[in-house]
Amino acid sequence: MGRYVLRRLLQLIPVFFGTTFLIYYLVWAVPGDPFAGKCGERPCPQSYVDFMTEKFNLDKPIIVQYGTYMKNLLQGDFGQTFGGRQISDLISDAYPNTIKLAIVALIIEAVIGLTAGVLTGLRRNGFLDNLVLVSTLFMIALPIFVLGFLLQKWLGVDLGIVKPTVSNPPSFGELLMPGFVLGSASMAYIARLARTSIAENRRSDYVRTAIAKGLPMKRVVGVHLLRNSLIPVVTYLGTDLGALMGGAIVTEGIFNINGIGRQVYRAIVTKEGATVVSIVVILVLVYLLSNLLVDLLYAALDPRIRYE
Amino acid sequence: MSEVVITDPRYASAGKPSGRLLEVEDLRVEFRTRDGVAKVINGVTYHVNAGETLAVLGESGSGKSVTAQAIMGILDTPPGFVTGGKIRFHGDDMLTMSPEQRRRIRGNGIAMVFQDALSALNPVFTVGFQIAEQFRVRQGLSRGDAKKRAIEMLDQVKIPFAKQRVNEYPHQFSGGMRQRVMIAMSLALDPEVLIADEPTTALDVTVQAQIMDLLSELQRERQMGMILITHDLGVVADVADRIAVMYAGRIVEEATVYELYAKPAHPYTIGLLQSIPRLDEKGQELRTIKGLPPNLMRIPSGCPFHPRCPMRVDDICIPNVPPLLQIGPTRASACHFAEDLVNRA
Repeated sequence: MGRYVLRRLLQLIPVFFGTTFLIYYLVWAVPGDPFAGKCGERPCPQSYVDFMTEKFNLDKPIIVQYGTYMKNLLQGDFGQTFGGRQISDLISDAYPNTIKLAIVALIIEAVIGLTAGVLTGLRRNGFLDNLVLVSTLFMIALPIFVLGFLLQKWLGVDLGIVKPTVSNPPSFGELLMPGFVLGSASMAYIARLARTSIAENRRSDYVRTAIAKGLPMKRVVGVHLLRNSLIPVVTYLGTDLGALMGGAIVTEGIFNINGIGRQVYRAIVTKEGATVVSIVVILVLVYLLSNLLVDLLYAALDPRIRYE
Repeated sequence: MSEVVITDPRYASAGKPSGRLLEVEDLRVEFRTRDGVAKVINGVTYHVNAGETLAVLGESGSGKSVTAQAIMGILDTPPGFVTGGKIRFHGDDMLTMSPEQRRRIRGNGIAMVFQDALSALNPVFTVGFQIAEQFRVRQGLSRGDAKKRAIEMLDQVKIPFAKQRVNEYPHQFSGGMRQRVMIAMSLALDPEVLIADEPTTALDVTVQAQIMDLLSELQRERQMGMILITHDLGVVADVADRIAVMYAGRIVEEATVYELYAKPAHPYTIGLLQSIPRLDEKGQELRTIKGLPPNLMRIPSGCPFHPRCPMRVDDICIPNVPPLLQIGPTRASACHFAEDLVNRA
């Protein structure tokens, strides 16, 4: 197991350099002038352009730029925005909010999705089952911004139960509604995944064995059935964690959350190459690590899977 | 039709509690599916006493496993429903008990060994956990004590290095060892009746014999009643005291092993015995019973075996269902010509 983890961590190195180079290349390959509109109505003075070009190595070949950037990055220096702000400050302001939102969304989708899935998987074709099937279909079909704006208008503006937007930094309470919106589609998937998994395993031989052993039904379901049925669900949750950690451009936008998704969006629009690359570097790392976590979790849940 | 007098109290005791350990009486089970109702068990009656082994023999679909599932209360419902009959354990009808009362009988009253241990054992728990949990849940033992007992159980079924292997998962065992684990698990609570549902079918021939020996040894030691479900006549001869042959959800013949092999009293049993491959007929075509088992949604009228029966007399066999009647002190047959079969030279 230890060797497997080490090998996986070593694999991260080429993937890391490959992805970051591609992103670096893409950001600068997209046509457009990074200094267009930087100086109001007028074009920027030549002296400013020259200064910035010098500062950000914009006249050097892309590989040299990338090399310089990486050298600085490995020393912990993310560089500056064109405005002169430390990119590391920008990230450390925004990322905690994204992490908070991701945790809230993950908990909501796991708790509600799993509960609905287990209950309907045990009793199919009842009222609850049909209710869950229809409502999950609804959640999957509905684009996230529609649900976001609807809830914001109804609960936030019309009824005034919650604040329509959050403060900076947001509290966990304020993130309940955004978290629900962000997690809604995954919640629906989890409910359906758990339902199918429970229903399938309910008929399996080992559940029959557990009943034949004279175990109480509570234990048959809670220990034998659930443990097996959870494997696909936990895997999905782990993958989803990686996606959620990448920030939610739409949800963060609707509820005015200062998260990493909004920052990266803003940076792309304003062609802040260094910022885009720095944020994406972090996201790539988080994604790779959460992927590793899923694989390890998978092995922990299912002893038939062993990594040598 | 032969005149038959019921002399054995076994078959005259309907409705009265008896001293028998486990007794199935006129059990009826049907499977309600989208395509129709399949009558899977149509009045099965058998019993087993302490220290005795009853073999239930029959083709796939004859209802032998479903009967066992009905006894254990693990019938898949729906589609399976018990529609009639009684299952008495120590004289009490289990079908009228509360689910909680029935649960308490499982494991320590009646336990079951399943055919395919790989799928019957839970893949994500160690074998030790799966054996020990019975001691913990049913007897309130601590984790440590339960594990010690689990190791003892593995020792009893002759699994080498039980102390180490107790921490392994089912997929780490070979087929034969896995079936031993299954047996250890079923015997953990010291059941009075053990139902073994084709315990050796999924195993290599050499391992089959070892498992059968182990089962019969443990059965003798513990003086359990054992119901051995099988389609393998070879397995039966060594181990069983009595044999019940099933066809289309009914018992068609019941006899001691010796009687059944020496002089079968039902054409179906004769067919089964003849279809055992024999060394002295090597090279010749294997003998089979002509035709196929009936579709349980459309069981033939009269004797359900009549379409395949070489002895059929149309006027008798097609309209009349032959009841299972006593034809000797220890045997019964459901054939209109049972007496003729037994009395032939």
